[in-house]
Amino acid sequence: MGDLLPALGRMGVFLARIIGAIRPSRMFFADTLHQLHVIGSRSVSIVAVGGAFVGLVLALQGYRTLTTFGASSSLGTLLGLTLYRELGPVLAAILFCGRAGSAMAAELGLMRATDQITALSMMAIDPVGKVVAPRFLAGVLSMPLLTMVFCAFAILGGYLQAVHVLGLDAGFFWGSLQDSIDLQQDFGQALVKSVAFGLVTSLIATHVGYHTPPTIEGTSRATTQAVVQGSLMVLCLDFLISALFY
Amino acid sequence: MAGDTLRDCFVTAAHHSVIADPSSAVVFEKVRLARGGRVVLDDVSLRMPTGMVTAVLGPSGAGKSTLLNAITGELAPACGQLRVLDHALPCHSNAELFRLRRRMGVLLQGNGLLSDLSVFENVALPLRVHTRLPEPVLAELVHLKLNAVGLAEAAHLAPQELSGGMARRVALARALVLDPPIMLYDEPLTGLDPIACGVVLDLIRRLNDSLGLSSMVITHHVGETLPYADRAIVIANGGVCFDGTPAELQASTDPLLRQFLDGTPDGPIGFDYRSQRHG
Repeated sequence: MGDLLPALGRMGVFLARIIGAIRPSRMFFADTLHQLHVIGSRSVSIVAVGGAFVGLVLALQGYRTLTTFGASSSLGTLLGLTLYRELGPVLAAILFCGRAGSAMAAELGLMRATDQITALSMMAIDPVGKVVAPRFLAGVLSMPLLTMVFCAFAILGGYLQAVHVLGLDAGFFWGSLQDSIDLQQDFGQALVKSVAFGLVTSLIATHVGYHTPPTIEGTSRATTQAVVQGSLMVLCLDFLISALFY
Repeated sequence: MAGDTLRDCFVTAAHHSVIADPSSAVVFEKVRLARGGRVVLDDVSLRMPTGMVTAVLGPSGAGKSTLLNAITGELAPACGQLRVLDHALPCHSNAELFRLRRRMGVLLQGNGLLSDLSVFENVALPLRVHTRLPEPVLAELVHLKLNAVGLAEAAHLAPQELSGGMARRVALARALVLDPPIMLYDEPLTGLDPIACGVVLDLIRRLNDSLGLSSMVITHHVGETLPYADRAIVIANGGVCFDGTPAELQASTDPLLRQFLDGTPDGPIGFDYRSQRHG
């Protein structure tokens, strides 16, 4: 606890620095667009594959359990609620941490170790504005989109498993899914959570990467911290948001 | 005792205001530089004359890079007065420091080329951030700077495709692109073969003379650097040991300077860590 509060304080100060460094310039827009491609687009495949397998296994396990109670027609409801309220945002964020968070931390750590951050500062260019803020912003913007990709592929996986493998009626599946999902309550919850997770995971990744010692060990530690701390914070924040707001 | 020394520093700082000196780009007056509570350099008084190439020499760990960090505003002096381009350091704000840094060109030991940008974009970066030049003018300026370091044909290459000497020359072109009045070179010869060393030193000399710069070359490569320098400053054992012309340095009979110039293991400059710490 003694270390946690100062760490949170440093993180808050860093967030304020990032927000303060955001400038509406052509160069900043181009940098952010490039990072959206690197962080967002390149994470689509892992998120889509992950989502599909989660959908497959959810449908399989859910069907077995619901059949016991004669409620197999509610499989669409189970899949939709589980995915949009919890699993979609959480698992997409954890996959994001492993794929993009680690890359952000490693890149910034290596930039520190190879004098690139010092060189920017020597050229009177704010390194936070040039290399941190575009990555952070791209992370925050990518996360909701990746969550939607995850949920879409999970539902597709669930549909294939439930309808084409387990023999559930397609009408039951889509009907129960459509009836049970509320745009504001469920879809909105996924959106809010994904924005919060994107903010936290990107902040942790950029913070540990930017402040890591310029050594091989420092870069390695920053990469690990980005994944471990990011994933734990996602789980912790998920509980807080669910408990407080939904 | 320590209190007396500290008080002396403050008294010195109060009474010895550094007078604006147009003949010096950088002025140190009784400056003390410390890192993490350990004094690295003490009582440093030196001037970097305008229009000249000043070589700052000294063994590894003597505090040469610390001196550079003080000039670039990264490290605030513990006491004494430091002026760079007639501007007192430390600066009061980041904006003020960045304004000063726009007038300095710094070539770092590790070059610091951005690995996700091409050679052209690396050199263009300071212009894109600090000016609003139209693209054709910007491209022409970048081409001129790359041409000055002999790398106009390498504009499309990525930094990873360059040799050590080429990367250093690109970093030099980037440091020069805003036409700064002073250039600071941190170990510009480290990791280069003798031919590349000659090319880089020749460039430093030619650019200094043709662009009317004031240059400071921080290095421990004595033999290679002295023929290209107008002045030489030697740092060792926590302070300035010599400040004069290269010819005077070569002719010196001081045992400390001779040990450094001749590269002998025995002498006043300690080899083991303990003697380096305690001078």
